[in-house]
Amino acid sequence: MEKTIEQIKEEALKELEAASDSESIKAISVRYLGRKGAVTRFLRNISSLPLEIRPEAGKKANETKKTLEALFNKALKQFATASYEVAGEIDVSLPGRALHQGSLHPITQISHQICNIFIRLGFDVAEGPEVETDYYNFEALNIPKNHPARDMQDTFYISKNVVLRTHTSPTQPRIMEKQKPPVRVVAPGKVYRCDSDLTHTPMFHQVEGFLVDENVSFGDLKGILTTFAHQMFDKETSLRFRPSFFPFTEPSAEVDIRCVICKGKGCRVCSNTGWLEVLGAGMVHPAVFENVGYNTTRYTGFAFGMGVERIAMLKYGIDDIRKYFENDLRFLRQF
Amino acid sequence: MKVSLNWLKKYVDVDLDVNDLADALTMVGLEVEAFSDRYDYLNSVVIGRIVEISPHPNADKLKLCFVDVGSNTIPVVCGAPNVKKDMLAPCALPGTCLPKGTILEKSVIHGEVSEGMLCSEIELGLGAKSDGIMEFVRNLSVGDPLNQALGLSDFEIEIDLTPNRPDCLSIIGTAREIAGIQKTKVKYPEIRLPESFDDITNFTSVTIIDPDLCPRYAASLVFDVTVGESPFWLQDRLISVGLKPINNIVDITNFVMMETGQPLHAFDFDRLAENRIVVRTAKKGETLTTLDGKERQLDPEMLMICDGEKSVAIGGVMGGLDSEIEDSTTRILLESAYFDPVCIRKTSKKTGLNTDASHRFERGVDPGGTITALNRATQLIAEIGGGKLIKGVIDEYPNPIPDRMIPLSVKALNRRLGTRLDAIEIENHLKSIEFGVEKIDDDKLQVAPPSCRVDISRFEDLTEEIARLYGYNNIETTYPLIPADNRQPSIKIDARDRIRSLMVGLGFAEAINYSFISKLSCDRLELEPDDPRRHIVDILNPLSEDQSVMRTSLIPGLLETMNYNISVQNRNLKLFEIGNVFYNTGQEDSQPDEVEMLSCLWTGARVDSVWFSKEINCDFYDLKGVVEELLMNLDIVNITFTRMPPESCSYTKPGYSVRIFVENDLIGLVGEIHPKVLRNYNLKQTAFIFELNFDQLITLMPDTKSAQPIPKFPATSRDITLIINKDIEAFRILKSVEILDEELVENFHLFDVFEGDPIPAGKKSISVRITYRSSYETLEDDKVNHIHKNITDRLLKEFDATLPAE
Repeated sequence: MEKTIEQIKEEALKELEAASDSESIKAISVRYLGRKGAVTRFLRNISSLPLEIRPEAGKKANETKKTLEALFNKALKQFATASYEVAGEIDVSLPGRALHQGSLHPITQISHQICNIFIRLGFDVAEGPEVETDYYNFEALNIPKNHPARDMQDTFYISKNVVLRTHTSPTQPRIMEKQKPPVRVVAPGKVYRCDSDLTHTPMFHQVEGFLVDENVSFGDLKGILTTFAHQMFDKETSLRFRPSFFPFTEPSAEVDIRCVICKGKGCRVCSNTGWLEVLGAGMVHPAVFENVGYNTTRYTGFAFGMGVERIAMLKYGIDDIRKYFENDLRFLRQF
Repeated sequence: MKVSLNWLKKYVDVDLDVNDLADALTMVGLEVEAFSDRYDYLNSVVIGRIVEISPHPNADKLKLCFVDVGSNTIPVVCGAPNVKKDMLAPCALPGTCLPKGTILEKSVIHGEVSEGMLCSEIELGLGAKSDGIMEFVRNLSVGDPLNQALGLSDFEIEIDLTPNRPDCLSIIGTAREIAGIQKTKVKYPEIRLPESFDDITNFTSVTIIDPDLCPRYAASLVFDVTVGESPFWLQDRLISVGLKPINNIVDITNFVMMETGQPLHAFDFDRLAENRIVVRTAKKGETLTTLDGKERQLDPEMLMICDGEKSVAIGGVMGGLDSEIEDSTTRILLESAYFDPVCIRKTSKKTGLNTDASHRFERGVDPGGTITALNRATQLIAEIGGGKLIKGVIDEYPNPIPDRMIPLSVKALNRRLGTRLDAIEIENHLKSIEFGVEKIDDDKLQVAPPSCRVDISRFEDLTEEIARLYGYNNIETTYPLIPADNRQPSIKIDARDRIRSLMVGLGFAEAINYSFISKLSCDRLELEPDDPRRHIVDILNPLSEDQSVMRTSLIPGLLETMNYNISVQNRNLKLFEIGNVFYNTGQEDSQPDEVEMLSCLWTGARVDSVWFSKEINCDFYDLKGVVEELLMNLDIVNITFTRMPPESCSYTKPGYSVRIFVENDLIGLVGEIHPKVLRNYNLKQTAFIFELNFDQLITLMPDTKSAQPIPKFPATSRDITLIINKDIEAFRILKSVEILDEELVENFHLFDVFEGDPIPAGKKSISVRITYRSSYETLEDDKVNHIHKNITDRLLKEFDATLPAE
């Protein structure tokens, strides 16, 4: 009696299990699936089987052929992989040869992040001199000589009318003098104040921004700054606008965000208020427009300014502002 | 400024609890920094009952009391004459901080333990009585804290006022804001002047010589007053806002200043020569001894209050010592004035005197409140100091400041704020803070701000008033329309970012150093006396010597940073900085030239000690390679490095530094730091630096780039090794090949330099590989060999070179 297809399959599997290298698998494959192999012969002989069992036997034989093909191939692959190892090994656990990247200063990175948000919103980027005239730093911004508002910023003087700029706001009149509305500009840069303690360094960085056009409202300022806060921090960040005073904006506002550390529950960073002051802003004061020759009835605009160190502190959890300018490599390499 | 909630409640009903009030004030622009109950110290002073009294065994005047303080009974040593059994009295427990500042501790007095202190009114800051301890006749529960038992609570609220709001430098001013928040009304104190006598013009006069600096000066007279201590309520009010009681007259002037915001001054009338007031500027060289006992140098910009002969006060800043109120004073001239804010500020700055009065005058007091405040003080002096009021006031006000009328367009307001308020709402907001409003039509209002609001002068100021009362947070958030055109690229910023990322890619960490450096930096760099980097910009008011001049080079900052890092054991450093340097132009009172620089420092290891290599220190060629790579990536071509001429860079080591040229422009240098400079910075390991003028670099960066075709035909290369004199720079050989400008030479590079056996002494071998390629054909060997031989011959001749022995 001829072997059934099941018996053939069983024998083939047994042989496969015993095989120890790819050569023997190839031989087994030939013995069963080759031109004269057992399965092939079985298939060829199906026509000699009684008619009623022929379709069933044919189906089974074809399935067996497929199963065995797959198993032989799989077994071959296993032996093939293993064969490379025989050629010799390296210690792959040794560290790779590093090509060290440097790092950008955290202030540069945060300043980029801030500017990029506004660039996406359609703002240009501009810069101005760090050593400024009294005119642009103060007078053009509606801060006359002998005004108490001058006490708000401790100023480094170079000479009677030359100062280290105390804020990036002088870029407002400088740019407005050269460009007619619409103007949309952010201006990052270094600023200087005669102040040094745990929370103040005599040099720090700000990003100024302003937008002047027809029909610009305080509501628009809120919109732009809300978008900024959502992109800089996260979408859940809520904002609070408080009345304040800057001589070059009217109305003026301080902008607080919900404390990013405690989410408003109150913590050391926000002095238990749940809010963090991050921005000063307001509608550009008409006196500034008058100084640069803008039509004050046709145009309105808003301006805002923020401290980069402050935002970097919040983003990175840095607690001492002096760290920024010590340039300790162990600090710099973290960013 | 500090305000007291209880005092505020005298002028306005406060519906809010203190937390909500603090928030509400902050949200209208009066930022509350902190608040606390000033009676909190009474938490540990309890109602005690004296249960037993016995004489102190070791001191005649003291008694030993046992006091029931609720939780237990404690021994207290007491010297007061009025202690008696069953008396209810305040007993301070250890830890209590009494108003005078002493912190109570458990103590042993003459051998007896005292675990508390029975207190008098004055010791507790609750009254003026000092003879004997406080006694409660009412039935109070033993053990209750005193503030709770007596219902004592008063929040002191610290407000960080912005300089535009001098109107809020008073209790009434703050009350006005609260009324605005609550839409209620301020209850102004009623002024009832007592019966008065004679007429003030019979006794005195006021002459204003300089009405620009003193627009208004008013005075009143009270005779026969008794100077003495103020009643407790008055002292307590002053204490509640952080002022120190002095005597009844001075206390009243301070009280009225705190109440109304109008600083007042009281003169001893009998010490005013000719019994009159003259307001004028100081004479050159004039001096005055002020209340604090210091002699002040005056100048003609300062406004003085004078009598018939001499100055008696620096107007609006501080009174003179000679005319101050003393115990013996009986006749008083009270001053209430409006001074020019700029004049007061200048004087305050020059004299260094920042007083409660000058603080208010320089921000602007209410020019319409002069007489009200004067009358209020006159009334209080008559009430408290006794005496006889002389009829009338002198009110010199030659050019009254006109009332302001500001037109307001509802449409323009809504456009500026992004709101949809109507005329009625606007009117209500403005009226709630006492602005006069006249409605012309639905769009137009005429607004008259109260005289105390010196900060309001134009339409935009009104928009802030309405916005803050409406609530900034109630204004709808909208977005501006931003058209897509008109965007400007920024070449400088883009270039800087590109350089930054290249430097980071090359392994350097970005540093940011202060723009100011030590004055000694030029010497530390050993700069020649005529070096342009000695044209430094001095800071007039530096924080320290180390930060007293603006830098003319980034190198001092990088060396300081290196020093710091080595001190914390970071000895392998690759740092760069991009920043401005500042050159003094020599022109007086003008801005310096700002030049942006890129500087870089490499010190320590090029390769750390790792499993595939020993530690290798960096050298000159490492940093030169960085410059080459950087410039190549910026597409800057035609770069040459030339040996630094002797004595032209004081801070790099001779023979180890080069100048960098692009065509004929000097753009920077690369070199090793001079050992002397290393010593000046206390550095024990060497460092390599480069400096590039960033502003120049940008101009050299091409703004377009065109792609070159990839060659179709193969290249073939030939080597030349020449033995030449040792002092011939490799650069000359390469330059010479370049000058030949052979069409088929695609490129060439130096691949070996060697000295020593078998090369004869004084010579070196140098090997160059030249790659040949044609754009039109595959080159035949013969053709290449021919050109290569020509080049070789030229070089042999030009450099007097020989070929190595085969």
